[in-house]
Amino acid sequence: MKAAKDITSRAHPLWIAYIVHRLSGLALAIFLPLHFWVLAMAMTDPARLDGFLHLTEASVVKLAEFGLVFLLAVHMFGGLRLMAMEWLPWSAPQKTLAAGATAVSFCIAVLFFIRAI
Amino acid sequence: MLGLRLYMFQRISALLMAPFVIGHLAVMIYAIQGGLSAAEILGRTQGSVLWFLFYGTFVVAVSIHGAIGLRSIAFEWGGLKGAALDGFMWLVGLGLIALGARAVWAVTFAQGAGA
Repeated sequence: MKAAKDITSRAHPLWIAYIVHRLSGLALAIFLPLHFWVLAMAMTDPARLDGFLHLTEASVVKLAEFGLVFLLAVHMFGGLRLMAMEWLPWSAPQKTLAAGATAVSFCIAVLFFIRAI
Repeated sequence: MLGLRLYMFQRISALLMAPFVIGHLAVMIYAIQGGLSAAEILGRTQGSVLWFLFYGTFVVAVSIHGAIGLRSIAFEWGGLKGAALDGFMWLVGLGLIALGARAVWAVTFAQGAGA
């Protein structure tokens, strides 16, 4: 019974919104030290920074960037939805807002991607 | 489990960051066109008080937000508790601030930036 209940709750769109928010936040937090370390090369080793930036020409890196942009956007819109749920007297449109947050984030990431390629 | 103080820090840092994230997304979409280079990035940021304040505030907010967020994950998924949990949070927060401040300094006012 418990397993069935878990499956039901995890199939709910707002459980998906929760897990997307958590995993995107975790991934961004893991990425940040690398991001800062590479940028600091502007001071310590500019040629090496350019080497890293040249890597962004590779398709696989562009795809990874697309993923990161999407994670950043979906974490922000998902977070705004969460705060609206906590602080504003809204309840009915939560699922729509969650879907909207994902859709807008995807659009931003696609826009980034088509500019990148 | 978050106390009220950490909960408020988490939400306030999030609200503070929303405009920075939108700005960061916009700059990325603009800057990626035609490829990236150190000269291009530094041409935009070097010597700029405005970019220093933009990225500096962003780094402080994201360090607070990331540290409290990872604390929640370490507690709920990692089973970390008590002093170890708080120590972990401070380590993440101070580590992110140190690395982030170094990066912001590198692209704005560091001697030899862009050389």
